[in-house]
Amino acid sequence: MAIVCEKDQLQEQHLLKIKEICNTFNKDHSELINILHGCQGYFGYLPAEVQEAIALEIDMPVSKVFGVVTFYSFFTMKPKGEFPISVCTGTACYVRGADKLVDEFQRELGIDVGQTTEDGKFSISTLRCVGACGLAPVVMVGDKTYGHVSPKMVKKILKEYKTK
Amino acid sequence: MSKINQHILTCGGTGCRASESKELAQNLRDEIASNPAIEGSVKVVECGCFGFCEKGPIVKMLPDNTFYTQVKPTNAKEIIEEHIVKGRKIENLLYTDPVTKEVIDESKNMGFYKKQHRIALRNCGFVDPENIGEYIAREGYEALGRAIFEQEPQVIIDTIKASGLRGRGGGGFPTGLKWEFTKNAKGDQKYVVCNADEGDPGAFMDRSILEGDPHSIIEAMAICAYAIGANEGLVYIRAEYPLAIDRLKIAIKQAEETGLLGDNILGSDFSFKITIKYGAGAFVCGEETALIQSMEGLRGEPNLKPPFPAESGYFQKPTNVNNVETLANIPVILNKGADWYASMGTEKSKGTKVFALAGKINNVGLIEVPMGTTLREVIFDIGGGIKDGKKFKAVQTGGPSGGCLTEEHLDTPIDFDNLLAIGSMMGSGGMVVLDEDDCMVSMAQFYLEFTVEESCGKCAPCRIGNKRLHETLEKITQGKGVMEDLHQLRNMSEVIKETSLCGLGQTSPNPVLSTLDNFWDEYVEHVEDKKCVAGQCKSMLRYVITEEDCVGCTACVRVCPTNAITGTKKKPHIINQDLCIKCGACMDKCSFDSILLIA
Ligand SMILES: Cc1cc2nc3c(=O)[nH]c(=O)nc-3n(C[C@H](O)[C@H](O)[C@H](O)COP(=O)(O)O)c2cc1C
Ligand code: SF4
Ligand code: FES
Repeated sequence: MAIVCEKDQLQEQHLLKIKEICNTFNKDHSELINILHGCQGYFGYLPAEVQEAIALEIDMPVSKVFGVVTFYSFFTMKPKGEFPISVCTGTACYVRGADKLVDEFQRELGIDVGQTTEDGKFSISTLRCVGACGLAPVVMVGDKTYGHVSPKMVKKILKEYKTK
Repeated sequence: MSKINQHILTCGGTGCRASESKELAQNLRDEIASNPAIEGSVKVVECGCFGFCEKGPIVKMLPDNTFYTQVKPTNAKEIIEEHIVKGRKIENLLYTDPVTKEVIDESKNMGFYKKQHRIALRNCGFVDPENIGEYIAREGYEALGRAIFEQEPQVIIDTIKASGLRGRGGGGFPTGLKWEFTKNAKGDQKYVVCNADEGDPGAFMDRSILEGDPHSIIEAMAICAYAIGANEGLVYIRAEYPLAIDRLKIAIKQAEETGLLGDNILGSDFSFKITIKYGAGAFVCGEETALIQSMEGLRGEPNLKPPFPAESGYFQKPTNVNNVETLANIPVILNKGADWYASMGTEKSKGTKVFALAGKINNVGLIEVPMGTTLREVIFDIGGGIKDGKKFKAVQTGGPSGGCLTEEHLDTPIDFDNLLAIGSMMGSGGMVVLDEDDCMVSMAQFYLEFTVEESCGKCAPCRIGNKRLHETLEKITQGKGVMEDLHQLRNMSEVIKETSLCGLGQTSPNPVLSTLDNFWDEYVEHVEDKKCVAGQCKSMLRYVITEEDCVGCTACVRVCPTNAITGTKKKPHIINQDLCIKCGACMDKCSFDSILLIA
């Protein structure tokens, strides 16, 4: 769940959390990726302010932190939706029609991959293989995995969450 | 307390968990608990992947070996009441052979398992991965104990060398030789690294091994450490594999508590510990030098080799990097001997290989066969042939670094060198089967899209060249290609292969080259006739309304986002091809099947 930073300002408790995470890894520069995993786990995403705070805390140039965040696709600088939708576009899912599912989610929600709906409920992203190729094509909403998804099922899946 | 005399094994891998296997296991336990007559004599064990993912979740009953497929949580009651209590098999949960229609009750009689030989997967689907005792009961940690107390490091290395084991991560480098290099490298501190990044989309053997048999990896890493003189190990694993990470953590903890990991293992003077490092979604980090950069907390950009990690790796110390599947073979080789292992396989590729079968094939899943098995045996005998009775078109091996093979290659015995010789690769063992509905140009485009996304950008041929390849392929699938483009594709591919810095760029044009070689006519059709026989390239398709079937209900008019459909009510309508964006909304909506898609 994304914690929103009010007016680009991190609150005291957020700074404390960042400190705590950095300390678990002894502020070790070689643990930067683990620190980022920890912070993204807490904030839901890694906005510039969080990166700056980490850089300060472990005494590393912000540009380096930013370089690592942008290199790895797992890290995101934008908050995801309350129900993040990930469509697997790995090979197994692709040949069983994953691209049609991406189209369908985009059409139903009126957003593109990488975007979040205005009400903050849904976001769409693609990922490469969740390791459930036997169920291809696969869609994940949060932690829940849907297998053998057809374009017709897209509406039904969304309905499950719209009322939540 | 009565003795446990029956076991119910359920699949607890990622795939089956997604099909509610966890709920199923819980329901089975609840049913047992509520039945005093059997309580205490039946045990439910959640194992790793059985491999037969197509028909998951799987349930296997011991001791009678009954193999149930596609079991739902609601079947729990029946399994307990019928099978356990009354001893009657439940017919409708048994597997029916799709060809012979024969109902089969044991896995060993199923086509899917008959030709398999499971070594790396030996424990997957047999042991509870969260219980070290079950691993130990199946010769687990015996090889480690023997190594530490009875064998010189060189003896172990010689055994691995003699077994002929080659790296399963894609490169196929002889494992024993790599260990020897690292052992002989100068350095006070050395590292053992397990590469569990598994980047090839469509391959999931490393995940299944870690989920189903994590102790085999821990044992192998410890043996390797002892052989090369290291005291520290690291597992680099994808953050996208939460279940594998959990199971590995549990296994490491249990091994530490049992004295099989940590200081003075089994009371000897050999100490070894393992820490976990997480990937963060970058395919190139599977390449060993990039992986080492990433473990140091940096951007995962590869470095020029040499120096190889064996000389200068993690923090410039000698580092032995091995793939998960490679490691899974180590304890068995040491238990059963090099000769036994080398007796399987082909002249230069020994042992077995795990493949992840996916795509348009009946039996999607994880299989392990001796090297030298033919593609035909894998796809038709084990894989059960092509889905929905369609025609086989191609099989893609080696993921983004590999190629598409055709009918004429089906009888090639699979091994490292044979696959290279016919323009593909073993890679990590992904095998994606394609049928007549798959467009080979689009397939090449799909892989190039992947490479463009995943190129780290350090060197120009890969960063720019692959982008140009992708653009050219896109142009062709959009119906704007010219013949010159096909020659350009080939030229660029050869340059990228020759001049890229790391394995990613050196192999990324393979999907293009192999499809050009094997499906030249299909490329030409796209370019000259603007035709895609597979019907996948949208730009070359047209939605049309058949006059006879259209009743003029206007349902399609209302859904068309671009107002491309016109006509009077109760009269046949037509689609204006200039306005149509080919979204297919009208076809989905039409209740009279009057809208057709034509090539
Ligand atoms: C682009 C690229 C991606 C790779 N991805 C993986 C991977 O996901 N897993 C793996 O074990 N090896 C991967 N490799 C191979 C490793 O560089 C290395 O050769 C391997 O881990 C060595 O272990 P092995 O000898 O046991 O195979 C990759 C190589 C390249 C060039
Ligand atoms: S070949 Fe590609 S991935 Fe490898 S170093 Fe060059 S740009 Fe990076
Ligand atoms: S390709 Fe989608 S789960 Fe593997």
